[in-house]
Amino acid sequence: MGTRRDFLKGVLAGGAAATACAVAVPASARETRPRPPEALGLLYDGTLCVGCKACVAACKTANENPPEFSTVDHLWDTPLDTSGYTFNIIKMYRNGTMDVKDQEVNGFAFMKTSCMHCGDPSCVSACPVSAMTKNPVTGVVGYNPDKCIGCRYCVAACPFGIPKYQYDSPTGRIGKCELCRHRHEEGHYSACAEVCPTGATLFGRTEDLLAEAKRRIAMKPGEMNRFPRGHLLSAQDRKAQVTVNAKGVKIRNGWQEEPDQSYETQAGKYLQHVYGEKEYGGTQVLKLSGVNFEKVGMPNLPPDAAAAMSETIQHTLYGNLIMPFAVLGAMTYVAKRNVKPDDDSSDKGGN
Amino acid sequence: MAQNQHAEMAPLGGSLVNAVTLTCGVLIALMAAILAVRFLFGLGAVTGLNDGYPWGIWVVVDVVIGSAFACGGFSVAMLVYIFNKGEYHPLVRPALLASLFGYTLAGAGVIFDLGRWWNVWNMFWPGSVNPNSVMFEVAICITLYIIVMWLEFAPTFLESKERQETRKKLNKVMFFLIALGTVLPMMHQSSLGTLLVVLGVQIHPLWQTPVLPLLYLLSAITMGYAVVLFESCLASSAERRRIEMHILTPLAKVMLGFLAVYLVVRIGDLLVRGAIGLAFVPSIEALMFWLEMLSFIAPLILIGAESNRRNPARLFLAGVLLMLGGALLRLNGFLIGYETNINGAGGFTYFPTLAEVLVTAGMFGIEVLGYIIITRRFPVLPRENVQASH
Repeated sequence: MGTRRDFLKGVLAGGAAATACAVAVPASARETRPRPPEALGLLYDGTLCVGCKACVAACKTANENPPEFSTVDHLWDTPLDTSGYTFNIIKMYRNGTMDVKDQEVNGFAFMKTSCMHCGDPSCVSACPVSAMTKNPVTGVVGYNPDKCIGCRYCVAACPFGIPKYQYDSPTGRIGKCELCRHRHEEGHYSACAEVCPTGATLFGRTEDLLAEAKRRIAMKPGEMNRFPRGHLLSAQDRKAQVTVNAKGVKIRNGWQEEPDQSYETQAGKYLQHVYGEKEYGGTQVLKLSGVNFEKVGMPNLPPDAAAAMSETIQHTLYGNLIMPFAVLGAMTYVAKRNVKPDDDSSDKGGN
Repeated sequence: MAQNQHAEMAPLGGSLVNAVTLTCGVLIALMAAILAVRFLFGLGAVTGLNDGYPWGIWVVVDVVIGSAFACGGFSVAMLVYIFNKGEYHPLVRPALLASLFGYTLAGAGVIFDLGRWWNVWNMFWPGSVNPNSVMFEVAICITLYIIVMWLEFAPTFLESKERQETRKKLNKVMFFLIALGTVLPMMHQSSLGTLLVVLGVQIHPLWQTPVLPLLYLLSAITMGYAVVLFESCLASSAERRRIEMHILTPLAKVMLGFLAVYLVVRIGDLLVRGAIGLAFVPSIEALMFWLEMLSFIAPLILIGAESNRRNPARLFLAGVLLMLGGALLRLNGFLIGYETNINGAGGFTYFPTLAEVLVTAGMFGIEVLGYIIITRRFPVLPRENVQASH
């Protein structure tokens, strides 16, 4: 007999496991990770953007991506959204008569869509095989097709809808902006910022870009102000000596030296919100706009990254495999008592 | 009283060629043809997948729902060996067999969906694995569980081949395999829910909660018992065998116990998070939520009374409803309640193509065919002419 007693033992073992789980929760809660101090990124200023799409073309060239057509003539690269072959596009907001730029009603506005290089990226947390990784120094979220299994968990996980898969290929890859990290070695920065004629896309350290963004939103609309273009030099860059590398190119603190390209223009009418400063714990690409961010396609995100919650749950349950082994131990103990080898019991009629 | 714990099992016998097995054969052939196109020309050639819906029915139905349907083996084994309810022993082998097929195919089916399947070894390569990834945990646990289940089921094959030495060795460690076979599904069935947590605001609040692992685990156990009710009734009618009501009636009570706990957690969570209000906003999400909840609640009414649990038709219907409820919980979380970049101009939609449906049907065909072949040729089901207590 003793069936009921053993049943209760099973219940107790399960209860003990559940309690262990509950107790472990506060111990391993994982906070949202901030961006690394030397993180690199972009500042996109919708009020400066003229919608020329030079950045879209430069991105295609820099990443050796094929054109994508959305018109009947198939003459120009005309992607309508980012894809496995388009890592950066400028989208346009239109309303009513579209008379005034950066105006929500009867106006229009531009917004760049590309990887935000999150401080605590969901795609990196999701990837089972470390094909999606975050550089600990630059914070660039990079992709390694030689590890990728094509499960597309990163595609599903990203709240910005950035990693995209090449569904038309039997060997499809994930495509996303990697901040032109392959060009960094030669001192080149992101191609989109390099070609931007108005400085609407600016490359630099995210800390510097954030200070620049705050300087801009404090400006009086219409007032003449100086705006940098291309690469926003950091204090360290400015202090560094210019050297000449083997190819005869002038290098300043690792980046190719270029003349100051700043210019004077009227300040736009900014929303008092630097998008990416706090969203998901902070992203490395920051954005300024004159029109509500949700209207121009940027999701309203909480200050805590989903990756932090996911990994808190995961490590609470599986941290150092303590819980699984505790439950396995309990189950083994109970099963050992209850399982009788088939041969014995069928002959002798059980217990 | 525990003699019937080891009621004798025997092959059913009978022909392997009939209408059902032939239909399965056709479905499997169609699946093979579609998969050839998929592997030659890419996922886009046969599926309706896109960047707004990177996961379709091959993931959600074949793996997430399919593996939950395959929890019968785990649920019953837990009842018999952990809670020492020997009277349910005759259900173990058939349930385990169904689970074995469900999981093995779910594991194999993942390969069809992997865009870069030749890199899949990275999932097990120490230099590549990412322990932060929920997907990694799911993959490892499911792989281990498939191996454990084959070992658990191995005595059935060894019995008939009279390889008693191997069988005795295996039986000596069986208690450990059974313990593993309980812990591993607990781990990955809960993690299948945790998969959604990192998707954050993209999942509708009716299905996005930190208690997802608990909800998916409890519903998977409930579905495990529901599948056993469903399969027992179906197999009995198909093979013209007696329905084992003396076992199924108390089993249904155990199932309702797990269901009650599930409903308390599910509804309690919605109230605590204040998400319940969204269930009353007219939307496709709210409609699907109520369909899901009704499927979970209806069995309580249908077989809540002891006398109703003796009615095979009611048991069958309750089993089907709970399978549907669990399937809807998963479908709603992964597809209906999922929207990427909500404010973007994406405008993505997904509906499975005929080819996708046929591959899923082909997988089901393999399961049914395999179940028929093995039960007719190997000792899985209790011998009909032998009394329960001998």
